[in-house]
Formats: sequence, C-alpha cells, structure tokens
Amino acid sequence: MSNTTDNTPVLKAQNLGIVFGGLKAVDSFSMEIGKSELVGLIGPNGAGKTTVFNLLTGVYQPTEGSFYLNGVKMNGRKTHQVVAAGISRTFQNIRLFKKMTVIDNVKVAMNMHMTYSLPASILRLPSYWKQEAEIEEKARELLNIVHLADKADFIAENLPYGQQRRLEIARALATGMKLLLLDEPAAGMNPTETAELLDIINDIRDRFQISVLLIEHDMSLVMKICERIQVIDYGVTIASGTPEEIANNPKVIEAYLGKDEEGGL
Amino acid sequence: MGKEKKISYFINAVGVLVLFLLLYALFQSGVLGVRTSYLKGICTTACYTIIMVTSLNLLVGFMGEFSLGHAGFMSVGAYASAVVTNMLADAGIPNLLLFIIALLVGGCCAAVTGVLVGIPALRLRGDYLAIVTVAFAEIIRVAFCNFEITGGGRTMSGIAKLSDFYWCFWVTVVCVSIMFLYTRSRFGRTIVAIREDYIAASASGINVTFYKVLNFTISAFFAGVGGAMYAHYMTAMIPTNFNFAYSAEMLTEVIIGGTGSLTGSIIGAAFLSALPEAMRQFANYRMLAYSVVLVLVMIFKPGGIFGKWEFSLTRALKKLVHFGRDGKKPAEQMTGGE
Amino acid sequence: MSLFIQSIINGLNQGAIYALIALGYTMVYGIIRMINFAHGDFIMVGAYTLFYTVPLMINYGMPAWLAVIIAIVVCVVVGVTVEVVAYRPVRNAGSMTALITALAMSLFLENLAMVLFGANPKSVTAIFDLPSIDFLGAKLQCKYLLTIAIGLIMMLGLQIFVKKTKLGKAMRAVPQDKQASTLLGINVNKIITTTFAIGSGLAAVAAMMYCSTYPRCTTDMGSMMGLKAFIAAVLGGIGSIPGAMLGGIIVGLVEIFVKVYVAPGWYEAITYSLLIFVLLIKPSGILGKNTGEKV
Repeated sequence: MSNTTDNTPVLKAQNLGIVFGGLKAVDSFSMEIGKSELVGLIGPNGAGKTTVFNLLTGVYQPTEGSFYLNGVKMNGRKTHQVVAAGISRTFQNIRLFKKMTVIDNVKVAMNMHMTYSLPASILRLPSYWKQEAEIEEKARELLNIVHLADKADFIAENLPYGQQRRLEIARALATGMKLLLLDEPAAGMNPTETAELLDIINDIRDRFQISVLLIEHDMSLVMKICERIQVIDYGVTIASGTPEEIANNPKVIEAYLGKDEEGGL
Repeated sequence: MGKEKKISYFINAVGVLVLFLLLYALFQSGVLGVRTSYLKGICTTACYTIIMVTSLNLLVGFMGEFSLGHAGFMSVGAYASAVVTNMLADAGIPNLLLFIIALLVGGCCAAVTGVLVGIPALRLRGDYLAIVTVAFAEIIRVAFCNFEITGGGRTMSGIAKLSDFYWCFWVTVVCVSIMFLYTRSRFGRTIVAIREDYIAASASGINVTFYKVLNFTISAFFAGVGGAMYAHYMTAMIPTNFNFAYSAEMLTEVIIGGTGSLTGSIIGAAFLSALPEAMRQFANYRMLAYSVVLVLVMIFKPGGIFGKWEFSLTRALKKLVHFGRDGKKPAEQMTGGE
Repeated sequence: MSLFIQSIINGLNQGAIYALIALGYTMVYGIIRMINFAHGDFIMVGAYTLFYTVPLMINYGMPAWLAVIIAIVVCVVVGVTVEVVAYRPVRNAGSMTALITALAMSLFLENLAMVLFGANPKSVTAIFDLPSIDFLGAKLQCKYLLTIAIGLIMMLGLQIFVKKTKLGKAMRAVPQDKQASTLLGINVNKIITTTFAIGSGLAAVAAMMYCSTYPRCTTDMGSMMGLKAFIAAVLGGIGSIPGAMLGGIIVGLVEIFVKVYVAPGWYEAITYSLLIFVLLIKPSGILGKNTGEKV
C-alpha cells in the first residue's frame, strides 16, 4: 500500500498535548508505530485514550507537540484530510450510518477514491458504471473479510452489536489507510465474538500490511495480540513495553487497582 | 447490475412518454372543452411545484437539514430570468430557446446565491440553520423590494408567457430525473451518510462542508429553475409572493409527502397544487383543513405519508407480469398527473 | 438631538414588545427544544380578544385594563390547549416533526381567525389615554414609557421567578435531564404546560403593548411579529431569559434607527444580516451557551 522505507515509522507522535479549560487531558504523549506493528493503548477509565485518538484523527488540534504519518506532518489537518492521508478509526460508541445498508456504509468510505464527476453521474457515463461496479466488488470483499458478506443488504442499525462493530472496521478499511485506530473494538462482545474479532484483526494486518493502534479494556485480548503496549493515566504515559513487561509493572498495577474498578489485570 | 438498471431506465422513459401522450391527447382532443386551458394551467402549476418540492427534499430528506428559505432561491430564479427575458424580448430568439435560456439563467443565479448563502449558513445545524435560511430569504425579499429593475416593491409585470405546459412537462421530467440520478450516485450516498452521522462521515474521509454546500447549491439551482418557470407562467409577480409563508408551505409539502421520498414529494406537490383549485368555493376552510391534516399526519405518521418509499414502475410491472427487476423509480411518473 | 431621543424611546418601545414575545419563544425552546411558531399567533389571539373586550368593558363602565386580564386568560387557554392537543403527542418524535407541527398550528390559528373574524383589519380601541410630554425638545408619548416599564417589570419578575422559586428551578432542571427530573419527583408534563401558560400569558401582555402603539389587528400580525421576535430570541441566545431581553431591545433599536437614519426600505434586511453575523461568530447567540457534540 505504501512505499515508505522501512526505517520511517508509520506513526510518530512527539510530545502531543491538549488542554481543555485548564485541564491537561493529554500531556506529552509520544509514540512510534512501525510498519504492520500492532500496538495497544491502555489505561483506566478517563485516562485520555480516546482523546489521543481524537488528536491523531484531527478531531481536536493538539495545543503542543506534533505527529507524523510516514514522515509527513499531520498537525492542522482536518479529519477528512487526515483520513485521506491514511489514518482511519473506529468509534468507542459505534457510529454507523444507521439507516443505510451495510454495503453502503462501506461504499461511503470509498468515496474519496472515486473520481467520476457530477455530470458523469447524472448522465450515467461509462465512468459511473465502471467505478460503481468496482466499489461494489471491493466492498463485498471487505465485508467478506469481517465475516459480514451475507449481511450486505441489511440496514446497518438492524445488525446485532458485535456485527456493528465489525462493520465499523470494514468501513475504516475501505478508506485504504496505513494506520488503523481501533477504539475498544471488543467492548460488549461475548468471548466467542471476541475470539472472532481477534482472528479478523490478525487477518487484516497480514493481508493489508497495515499498522494498528488498539484501545481495549479486555486485557486478555490486548495481551494476546499486541506486540507492544503503552499505558496512560491522567493523560500521562506511565509505562510502555512488551505485554510481559506491562503485566509486571508495579506502576500499572497501582494505576489499575488503585483507581479503576473495571480493569481486570 | 448495470444492465438491469439500464433496462429499468428505459422502461421508465417509456412510461413517462406514455403519460405525456395521454395528457397530450386529453388536451388536444378537446373533450374537456372550455376547461382545457384551465386544467393545463393547473398542470403547469403542478410542474413548478414539483420541481420546488423535490429540490427542497434534497435538503430536508437527504441531507436532514430543514430550510425555511426555499422561496428565497425561487425568487432569485424568477427575477433573474424575468430580467433576462425582458432584455432579450426583441432579439428575435425563438420562444423555446428563450424559455430554456430563462430556466438556465434562473437556475444558475439561484445556484450562485446558494453557494454564497450555503458557505456561511451550513456551519450551523438544525434549528439554527433553519432560522438563518429564513433570514437569508427575507434579505433577498427585501432586496427585490428595493431594486428598481425588479419593480421596486411593486408588481413586476409584462414578463413573456413562455411556460407552455408541454414544455414544462419535459422540463420537470428532466429536473426530477437529474435529482433522482444524483441521489443514486456517490454524491447522494455521501449526503445521506452526512445526515446519518457527520462525525463518522468525516472519519470516513468525507469533506462534510464541501458536500453540504454542493447539495445546498444543487437544491438552490432547481429552486431557481422552478422560479423561472413560475415567472414565465404567472407573467407578473411581487416579492411578497416569496415570503416565509410560502417557504413554510413548501416544507410542509415535503414532510407530508415523506422526507427522503421523491415519489412523496411529487405526489404531494401535484396533489396540493390541484387542491386549491378543486376547493375554490371553500377557500377559507381549505387552509384550515390543511393545517388539521398536517397535525394529524405528524401525530400518526411522522415520517410522512410515503416515508422513504419510492414508486418503481419496473417493480409494479414485475408484480403485474413477473417482468424486469428491482430498479429505478419512475420519478417522472406523476409529473403533472392529476 | 430631539430626533435621536425620540428614536431611542421608539426603539426601546418596539424592543420591549419584541422582548416580551421573544421570552415566550425562549422559554418554550429552553424547555423542549422546539421553535413554537404558533407563539406569534397567540399575540394575534390576544389582540382580537382586546378588540372585542375593550369596548365591552368601557360600555359597562369598567376600567379598560380589565380587558387585558381576559386576554391573558384567553391566551393561556389557547396556549395550553395547543400544547396538550398538538405538541405533546409529537414531543418525542424528533425536531423535524415538532417544527412542522408548530408550523401547522400557526397555520391553523391564522386560518381559524380568518374564518371567525374575516380578512379585514380591525382597529382596537385604546386602553390607555395618556398625554405626551416634552423632553429636551422631543415629544415623548407616555404610553411608550409605560410599555417600556411594563416590559421591564415582566422580565425582571420572570427572571426572579425562574431563579428563585421551586417551580422555576424545576423548569430549569427539566431540559437538563428529563428522566432525572422525573426521578426527583418533578412532573415534567406539568412543568411544560406551565411554561406554555406563562409564555402565552406574556403574549397577551405583548398584544396589549402592541395595540397601544399600533391600534389594529390582522390575522397575520402574529406571524410577522413572531418571526422578528424569534430572530431577537436567537440573537440574544435562545433559552436564555436575559438573552431574549437583550435581543429584543437590540432588534427594536436597530429597526428604528435604520428606518430613521440609514435606509427605510432596508431595515428588515439589516436586522436579519445582524442575526446571521452574530450566529456565525457565536453560533448559540450573544448570551447562549455553546454545546458541542462529544466524539
């Protein structure tokens, strides 16, 4: 997908910070993700994980620091520009196009790669037919990857919860990104669904050679698939390392057991 | 899938042609006697109302934002086209060409206004956007009341009578088809996605502002075309014709027909433009009844009578003779059809 | 100089009327997030009530201002009926439905008035017969001063009511969280109905003030006044009572000053441009609170 040299990290965040009304939600957040690496971002509730995602996707502009995608500075770009550059995400509280069909949800995210013009669409010129047929095929392929091929013509809001989460992943994939940000993809899933999700994430990574940054509360999932884990609390990075290192880090244990009732380490 | 759709387009084109020939035969045969020109007039009214209401539905139904200033764009189209045809009156241009020029001028001027209004206004959403569209429409109305060339607040009359029903029929068919094809393209899909969740839309790489302004502009363009048709049918107009009440009336027609259903807009518009004529002797009670019906529809069927349902000639034929496949709705079917 | 003072008084008079109407819009919007387009027509109802009751009062030798009490009662009844019959069933059906229902009710009241009272304008007998006084060379009408004073008293009273009384506090709690309010024992329906009653009562007072300045009523007077008053409410920050007052006064002053000093034909356009300008800088109005969507 990308033709960067191997030593440039896909994502490089340097001292990112943002202040909301005097409160530092995220403070000097730094991170590097290499090609097709899978990194976990964990921390107790309200630690600022989703805020990091919002910074990395241009929803908020950082008040300090900067971040780079394949060496290109992303600060000051709007969300759709960041997405076009190659960072795409899913949402913690599922945000699908509820009244649209499953396949249309995926097609929407392919819009930026489509080039036929307004007159071409109205006159139904060959470019319209060609591109519509192309994305139809691609969209079905992606739905296949997230095991939703048979649900293509369902209305998105009628899907069960776990499938909605997978549809969000398919939609994010459709943007053709280099870095995928997953915000609690396993939240609310039962063990079987979580296992299926795990397979899908691994499959995606192998197939598209993309890097993944994952926020997750389900520790077993994080420990199983992440190569590296970074822990933040009150917006500050308190630990970073391999799953084993993190599991034995006293600071992390304190952060979780001391303040959070839900994180099960 | 492309081939089935093409077949369906063809079937619908034939359907429209048949409808036209029926109306043509009806009006030309003289079976209606002295009422012919009167009924033709109603059908012409239905034509521009259909264009207005469907174009408003692009905003209300597809983009999910309600505009209460659609009459403003209509008036821009009406006045701009009237000024241009007045200037070209002695140039010896054939009427049909002049009519097309009028429609394009009306549409383009309204579209330009649409861009100018849309860029600032679409930063707002919901009720605030609705109020700002009212404000813009009122500013436009006041401007036309003050410009000398548009009659300076008095009636602007003597506009060439160009809106012949047969021409208007085809103009309406073309306009509605364009809007239909637009909504069934990547552009329409994007607009609906923005309606559903604009945050997710921008996270899917969509430039939300651009597509909103684009949609707003297209809607304004067709409002302008409708306005041009109106001006060259009425031949006289005054800025107060395009007031808040008219914008509100169009919005209610969209909602009653069904947001997001072009079929609903077409039937709603055609029905409601015929209704005043049919109930002429109860003029006072007509609007009273209308408002009661409106409240009842809102209470019992808030999505409008047709909801998001679209009529499909192909589907209807399929049911009749097991022929064809699911496809395009003949948006044009009801054109002028009462 | 005298023209200037005259214009200020006229502007404040106009502004006080707008502000009172704007209060009705703001209170209803503040509590159920709905633009009550029929609110303007409540004023029309009030004005027609005055048209019929003022001569009646005078005939029976009673003070003319008693007619205002009757107008308030009539308006409250109409307002509450509209809320219960039309708005309550659609309250949870989304903003588009609510908006259309409000438009429909406005249409209904106007056309009902048309059927009942006819299309011709009616002229309302003056309620107050007050002299005008000379002030720095300007001729000041006492009824204008009275209007401004009544307007101020109503607004202050309302502000105190909402801030200090239990009912007022409940009114502020309901829009924050309907379910939590119910859990705390607040009867949400009752609060909303009360809000409509107060708003409609204010509309009757506004009708009285309007009629003492322009003594005539037409069936469409409400929608024209209402639109401008609503603009005033949005300008000041809808949902905020001081905002409605501020917006009303601004719109009144701007209208009169543009009419007198700038371009008489353009005064409405200037008011609307001001609104657009303010909303683009501060999308929730001058005193409104900004609420962004959380991602």
